[in-house]
Amino acid sequence: MTEPILSMRRLGKTHGSGAQRVDALVNVDLDLMPGELVAVTGRSGSGKTTLLNMAGALDEPTSGEVIVAGENLATMSKNDLARVRRVAVGYVFQQFNLLSSLTAAENISLPLELDGMKPAGARALAEKALEEVEMAGMADRYPDQLSGGEQQRVAIARGLIGPRSVLLADEPTGALDEATSESILKLLRSRCDAGAAALMVTHEPAYAAWADRVVRLRDGRIEGISERTKTPLTTADIQ
Amino acid sequence: MGLKEGLLCLLVKGDAHGYQLKADLESTTGDTWQVNIGQVYTTLQRLERDGLVESIESNGDGRVVYTLTDLGRGAVARWLDAPVDLAAAGRDEISLKVLMSMVSGAIDPRRVVERQRGATMTILQDYTTLKANDSNDDFAWQLYLDRLILSAEAELRWLERVEARLDLMPPFQVTQLTESMDTDPVEVDR
Repeated sequence: MTEPILSMRRLGKTHGSGAQRVDALVNVDLDLMPGELVAVTGRSGSGKTTLLNMAGALDEPTSGEVIVAGENLATMSKNDLARVRRVAVGYVFQQFNLLSSLTAAENISLPLELDGMKPAGARALAEKALEEVEMAGMADRYPDQLSGGEQQRVAIARGLIGPRSVLLADEPTGALDEATSESILKLLRSRCDAGAAALMVTHEPAYAAWADRVVRLRDGRIEGISERTKTPLTTADIQ
Repeated sequence: MGLKEGLLCLLVKGDAHGYQLKADLESTTGDTWQVNIGQVYTTLQRLERDGLVESIESNGDGRVVYTLTDLGRGAVARWLDAPVDLAAAGRDEISLKVLMSMVSGAIDPRRVVERQRGATMTILQDYTTLKANDSNDDFAWQLYLDRLILSAEAELRWLERVEARLDLMPPFQVTQLTESMDTDPVEVDR
């Protein structure tokens, strides 16, 4: 059995204390396997984004642990945490978050160069990543020369560049129209089918349905998980 | 839509015998509707009795060919023109289950909602996978699949609303516990 690429154990997060105490997350156990797309759903305030921030070392849990690619975030130094954020996990946000003064390729190669990779090597990887998100030939365009869907493709390419194998996506289709959203989900799905792993927060059931597993949070707890059927349906099954 | 309406619609295209109608019905619906030939003939006989079709002489090989009457043509037009009565589908099983769980006190109604949500999401995931892997361009099939996907989505939204309504109600007293049920309990906090 393969090891999970991301593992959350008895994860808890509490804000405030006494009467003001809010349990944002309570004893959440969740594993993400390579090749898996997992969606996190739930109402506003159910803990979706808190969970994603813990997974990506953007926030510290009050209890429990997060293990990314075999490394326990709780025992890491600040420098190591920064390295995890640069090279192990990638983020995709609703607002794309590309740097406007850099081209598509530069946006993608930046984290690799910051990690010490030579520009030529980083550029080659960026071009390959752009090809994988069907953006070959747009490497030298600036974000304002790209549509919303194209910018999100660049963000996904950046999220999965080089050694990065875990993509954390917070409402990645939030600002896009329906057809573009669907193409972004198709892309996430195919990147996962090719071996990446993604944890995606969404409030749209139709988008969550692209996932292998849909985790539903309620008041910081996992209320239910639904898994797609292992053997794919055929036309005969729904007649 | 019953077999009756299906057969009448197909006969608008032209006269046909029972086997032909069966094959047409199946191909028109992208093989999502399979009927047996016995049903087809029984229905045709009933339609003939009611004056909606007529049987004309056999076409040499002993098979009876059916043709649409004016009365039949009118019935097709009226049926196609009328919207589907969604109210008739109002007494559905999920609503009944939620209501019965509240009345009986045997199980928390929010558990009914959560169970259903999990099952419907799995179905939506499966349909979505099917659609994502779909490379053929069978129009009937895609039309049918889109409808299934959107229906599942609508059911999930509806369940969300049911849950929100339940949250506004006083806590439910579950009197009979679920010990005899062969399932994992779902943690439900209030």
